[in-house]
Amino acid sequence: MTAAVFAIDDALAQYDPVMGLEVHVELNTKSKMFCGCPTEFGAPPNTQTCPVCLGLPGALPVVNARAVESAIKIGLALNCEIAEWCRFARKNYFYPDMPKNFQTSQYDEPIAFNGWTEVTVDGETYRIEIERAHMEEDTGKSTHVGGATGRIHGASHSLVDYNRAGIPLIEIVTKTIEVPGEKAAAVAKAYVSMLRDLLLALDVSDVRMDQGSLRCDANVSLKPSGSTVLGTRTETKNVNSFRSVERAVTYEITRQAAVLASGGKVVQETRHWHEDTGITTSGREKSDAEDYRYFPEPDLVPVAPSREWVEELRASLPEAPTARQARLQTEWGFTDLEMRDVVKGRALELIVGTVELGVTPAAAKKWWLGELARAANESGNDLGDLGVGATQVAEVQKLVDEGSLNDKLARQVFDGLVKGEGTVEEIIAARGLALVSDDSALIEAIDRALAANPDVVEKVRSGKPAAAGALIGAVMKDMKGQADAAKVRELLNAKLGI
Amino acid sequence: MTELIRKTAVELSELMASGQTSSVEIAQAHLDRIGAVDGEVHAFLHVDTEGALAQAAAVDAKRAAGEKLGPLAGVPLALKDVLTQEGVPTTAGSKILEGWKPPYDATVVQRLKAAGVVILGKTNMDEFAMGSSTENSAYGTTHNPWDLGRIPGGSGGGSSAALAAYEAPLAIGTDTGGSIRQPGAFTGTVGVKPTYGGTSRYGLIALASSLDTPGPCARTTLDAALLHEVIAGHDPLDSTSIDQPVPAVVEAARRADVAGLRIGVVKELGGEGYQPGVEARFHEAVELLTKLGAEVVEVSCPHFQYALPAYYLILPSEASSNLAKFDAMRYGLRVGDDGANSAEKVMSLTREAGFGAEVKRRIMLGTHALSSGYYDAYYGQAQKVRTLIAQDFTKAYEQVDVLVSPATPTTAFAIGDRVDDPIAMYKNDLCTIPSNLAGNAAASFPCGLADEDGLPVGFHVMAPVMRDELLYQVGSALEAALADQWGGVLMTKAPELEVTR
Repeated sequence: MTAAVFAIDDALAQYDPVMGLEVHVELNTKSKMFCGCPTEFGAPPNTQTCPVCLGLPGALPVVNARAVESAIKIGLALNCEIAEWCRFARKNYFYPDMPKNFQTSQYDEPIAFNGWTEVTVDGETYRIEIERAHMEEDTGKSTHVGGATGRIHGASHSLVDYNRAGIPLIEIVTKTIEVPGEKAAAVAKAYVSMLRDLLLALDVSDVRMDQGSLRCDANVSLKPSGSTVLGTRTETKNVNSFRSVERAVTYEITRQAAVLASGGKVVQETRHWHEDTGITTSGREKSDAEDYRYFPEPDLVPVAPSREWVEELRASLPEAPTARQARLQTEWGFTDLEMRDVVKGRALELIVGTVELGVTPAAAKKWWLGELARAANESGNDLGDLGVGATQVAEVQKLVDEGSLNDKLARQVFDGLVKGEGTVEEIIAARGLALVSDDSALIEAIDRALAANPDVVEKVRSGKPAAAGALIGAVMKDMKGQADAAKVRELLNAKLGI
Repeated sequence: MTELIRKTAVELSELMASGQTSSVEIAQAHLDRIGAVDGEVHAFLHVDTEGALAQAAAVDAKRAAGEKLGPLAGVPLALKDVLTQEGVPTTAGSKILEGWKPPYDATVVQRLKAAGVVILGKTNMDEFAMGSSTENSAYGTTHNPWDLGRIPGGSGGGSSAALAAYEAPLAIGTDTGGSIRQPGAFTGTVGVKPTYGGTSRYGLIALASSLDTPGPCARTTLDAALLHEVIAGHDPLDSTSIDQPVPAVVEAARRADVAGLRIGVVKELGGEGYQPGVEARFHEAVELLTKLGAEVVEVSCPHFQYALPAYYLILPSEASSNLAKFDAMRYGLRVGDDGANSAEKVMSLTREAGFGAEVKRRIMLGTHALSSGYYDAYYGQAQKVRTLIAQDFTKAYEQVDVLVSPATPTTAFAIGDRVDDPIAMYKNDLCTIPSNLAGNAAASFPCGLADEDGLPVGFHVMAPVMRDELLYQVGSALEAALADQWGGVLMTKAPELEVTR
């Protein structure tokens, strides 16, 4: 069942999208939010549980201090205020994968609030306001068995794995995001991607979207172009890759536009994202009647991080990814355009690594965005997954600097590396790529070139040294490229007495 | 040594230390007594004969090996069925937990075991501790050993009745609104609600998390103090546990001295609605304390009159959330799992069948009180009242060291008397609830028998947070003075139960 949708351009011609993004991040703490159980991914079902995370009668939660620390770090990195005093709250609703039938979360007293961050799309920077970042616990994981879709509808029974129950989560909620419609989906994607980089830099999460350690819910609504009245929003759940975030937002814009243009009403509801078909479908309706009966968690005491601690954590924060990019751009002397290509090509970290090994930024960029990017493109691999690392790029560049290789030969070495032909040394040996440094062989080739091009020799001798280029070219051709052009020029000049 | 069952914990400990008896012998004597009288009293839901004898034997072995043992090692105890004990059925008085055997020990239980206390079994209670009579137990009512036609109080009626029936010298209760003190008053025994956070709630099946407090029950003040010392103290598994040294309760109980102690009689806790015999014994006790050198004044706590309504908003609110976990998914009763019903339907059918009427009433009340649009008017407002009550206490403690009142407005009532009138039932806890709302320490000590019905009256003492020793100071002084009058503790006046075999 595919709903009627507009083309995105048609949709944006009539409506302005408004977005809100909720991102759930699983922290990488060793133990769970409220008990000592391990948090490793992939353990056999229900082996990482205890009375607390199973919600057994009588068990009580104790807050994981490391999770609070991570929450504060995230808050600080998103320029949030950190609460001087905040509490956990119970969010009450019944669901089989929730051991206590309430989720211990935060309600009106989040640990971090009122922040902002920036993302860059096509050279434009967009500011995104952060409403809050709060602490909560994950639920168990249900597997619905016996149905065709893997969803609860049509399943004969469900299995619940409580290993995930109680894993610390931080929920990061943006304020409404209003950017030019044609940029909306890209901004959403860039925001999630930026968060991933930020969380990695903070070392607070593994941020494995494929393992669900970063999950995005995208709220989208439309309003008629130029209007200030917000439309009804939908919440598309569990959009779990950067590309899906972009696709899901685009899809909702086109779907809602079709609904509205045909005189219909957008239903306030949760929607499911389907990765395979690229559409969203209706989930449960989110009426106002849904009442979580939040109240302060009486089993826990308030969290009151001291200002000293907060300042200590602030001082310990690594450089923010955006600031770091700006610094590197200056240090490397790249233009905005060059830097954008670097980031877009996901070559930033690779270049950093290569430069650290003594290669000039320009040379590092030349290889990563040139030969290697092309190879990645051809094979459909990520630049980072080519089998070529900073070490090898530095090794090859060193040989170029020493005059043992030239750029043309270096490209062949990279080709060998990508094809898995062995180490740099092995490829050079196997493919016979070393430059000829034997003067006698070069002199013989020069003699042949001089003999074959008497007219050029005449020109050079009559005071046109620039014409020597043709002679060098002939020598290089004769040597099948395996000569150092500078060396050839030196020998040629000596021969011609200039 | 059949009279072992009449001994206090202190006496039993001395008998064991001097080699005149063994822990196994003591345990067996109490198990025999349970076998003989519990058919009438119904204090126990589960008697762990094998486990108790094994624990007793282990203590005897340690003693024989010359190990240093604590003062309560080898002494038997009755455990309220709301605390988890590994491998032993734990129901909280509810059908929904029938057959559940916890895989872990409550912190209180773990400390009892570490002290060598022998746990005889689990005692009856109102379902999930909701009630003042044990009539809300899914497993039948406990009978008051003083008059089998009457209730023993609740929710911890089983623990107090076990003491009064000489089935155990020690018991553990939990007090959310008076569930230790009111049964203590009704059975002529000592019941202490420690400071909230003074004893760990880990493993206590929660009724209202911000009010629940485990505490000691005994026939004498010193026994209660010894038990208090064993179970109290900071527990890292309970975030609301107070990280401070345990108040010197045993020392205070031994001192039994109130000279110079300032005692405040709470004006609002008396008068209309209070049984004359209860008031008479209470005032006599106050006079006795005056004679012993205490300075007695009247103190007003004007917001106490709002304690009951505030309590009946906070308690059901927390309970409605705490009891959500009983959903048939992981343990306990499961109804309607026929392969066709959805998980949601099974949850609903199980809760319908597994919870009793009072539990459902409070879940509904609490669910409503927390609902959006009502939260501020109910739960929010009740929390403000709670603050005012705590302020009443703070102001009162500026004038006096402890506050006193009758523990209950009446003596034990007849079985069935108030089951159809929840409000009348709730009013039982008028005197005890303020201390729970404020987190104070409080206790009930026997102070005589009411003239009208010859039933025990409880003397209620309230002390500031973490000043639990003051309770024992007053209780033991009163106990000593009354024993001079009575020729022993009040319990010696209890009628002899008919032994059924």
